[in-house]
Amino acid sequence: MTDDITAPASTPPAALRIEDLTHSYGPVRALDGLTLTALRGQVTALLGPNGAGKTTAVSCATGLLRASGGAVEVLGRDPWNAGPEHRARVGVMIQDGGLASGSRAMQLLRYGASLHADPLDVDQVAEHLGIDDFAGTLVRRLSGGQRQRLALALAIVGRPELIFLDEPTAGMDPAIRRRVRHLIRSLADTGSAVVLTTHMMDDVVGLADAVCVIAGGRTVASGSVQDVITAHREHEGVVSVRAVAHGVDPAAVPALEADLAAAAARHGARLEITGAGAADLEAVLLDLMAPQRAAAQGQDAGAHRREPGTQVQDAAEQEGTLR
Amino acid sequence: MSTTSPEQGATAPAPADLAPPTAPDRPSARRPEPAPAPRIRRILAHTVLEARILLSNGEQLLVAIALPAMVLIGLRLLPIGRLEGAQPIETALAATLGTALISTSFTSQAIQTGFDRRNGVLRWVATTPLGRDGYLAGKILATLLVHVVQVLVLGLLGVILGWRPNLLELLAVVPVWLLGTIAFGSLGLLVAGLLRTEAVLAVSNLVFVILVAAGGIAFPTSSYPRLLHSLVDLLPSGALGELLRACLAGGDVTGGSIIVLVLWAAGGSLAVARWFRWTSV
Repeated sequence: MTDDITAPASTPPAALRIEDLTHSYGPVRALDGLTLTALRGQVTALLGPNGAGKTTAVSCATGLLRASGGAVEVLGRDPWNAGPEHRARVGVMIQDGGLASGSRAMQLLRYGASLHADPLDVDQVAEHLGIDDFAGTLVRRLSGGQRQRLALALAIVGRPELIFLDEPTAGMDPAIRRRVRHLIRSLADTGSAVVLTTHMMDDVVGLADAVCVIAGGRTVASGSVQDVITAHREHEGVVSVRAVAHGVDPAAVPALEADLAAAAARHGARLEITGAGAADLEAVLLDLMAPQRAAAQGQDAGAHRREPGTQVQDAAEQEGTLR
Repeated sequence: MSTTSPEQGATAPAPADLAPPTAPDRPSARRPEPAPAPRIRRILAHTVLEARILLSNGEQLLVAIALPAMVLIGLRLLPIGRLEGAQPIETALAATLGTALISTSFTSQAIQTGFDRRNGVLRWVATTPLGRDGYLAGKILATLLVHVVQVLVLGLLGVILGWRPNLLELLAVVPVWLLGTIAFGSLGLLVAGLLRTEAVLAVSNLVFVILVAAGGIAFPTSSYPRLLHSLVDLLPSGALGELLRACLAGGDVTGGSIIVLVLWAAGGSLAVARWFRWTSV
């Protein structure tokens, strides 16, 4: 018997499984059959507009809400009935921080660590995330970015196997944001499953192994960033690839771009070179959400379709709608 | 053209020891599965955090210590709120301890918990190994700890003003003190869990002033007009005030006051279990 060389590489085990999840707040249907899986060793990004159901889904997965229907399995357990042993394996950074405003930053981090049997070295985490710069400051006097860093530190200090991060880099300066992205990548690379919700496409393109696009309480697209972009845009005759060129002499960049464009032209294609895939992904998201927006505005969904080639500009124009 | 990945240049290393127990390619980094600290340690950690927040906050200290101290001095010096046959310092101290208990168990807890709810602290806590029951247990212990500090400081002030404590009287106060803490603590949580934060501030302060001034704490219920007398007797503050005066100032212990306070403690606890909302949603 020979190995099937076409078979995919072994899939890491799932840390989170959500199937056909439904939940309502009174008459408002927040989740309407949501399905998603997050694997160990991967960063999974939940994307969607405000009110799409991301926070409700995470609330169900962290045991804060009991879903009306469907199934949630977190590390093999129903989170609604889980005890402290289960919660020690899951780290959560919630949307509004969840930080006691009357405590001081380092005091709160040490308290968070003391809830776990074998936490990370608090001083090391504080140093890495720059928390020692404001260790003695009252939480209510911290800036938004500083609060984010502290909330992130509290989410990871128990060495969790599954980590939920809500807008982890919001309000951070570029240097800290880069460091936090590196940290999140390290967490996944060492075997944790990371589930993050974000509106920052740079975070998604730079970090996520898988994305799940949620709109109207259900999954409208999922897969790798590349898969989602390709699946959505190939019918428009658009193929997106992400290439990183190493060892390029800056002076040779224009020539290299021209050569690539010429190669594309030989196949009858027009090459559009962008700095990263974030704008592409954002354009796809806007398209995927167009039916919901159109329904909300009582307009024809087709009116929101854009001509190929105008999507990046449209995405930039509508950035405020997404965030 | 993109020639670098977004993560290139991120030179700061992640904490070296971040490996979870299932790190796939780092067997040397295997550790025990993440586990919670022992339950008692979690609760004590939360007790210490809550107590430090309470005692390090100037406004809280004003309500917990300074205000009751003013009540003690005022009632010691002014000829009001006294019981026949009791020393003025005894009735003053009974009223002061009642004031201190309500300020910490009810007003401070309502305000702090209300802000915790608005800031998402209750949501976050519910996802940690501490959990909701650990949060409540830690909060109750922290309240009792602050009460001990209050009793020591106000008792010392009382001694300076002429109070001569009796051990039996002090022991009799303990169950009253615990019952009062449960009754007013649960009412504070109820206010925090049901109202918007701004309303919590207003309601908890207003109720505090009314209960102390006109609810049977500063003045014995027997000094109220006949119509009000029966009403005040049914308030938790009226029952607490009467029981404290009975223990510390030689007043009569009435079964009615004990029953009223027990009912408020039981009813308040049941109401919290039934109606307290952990989120602002």
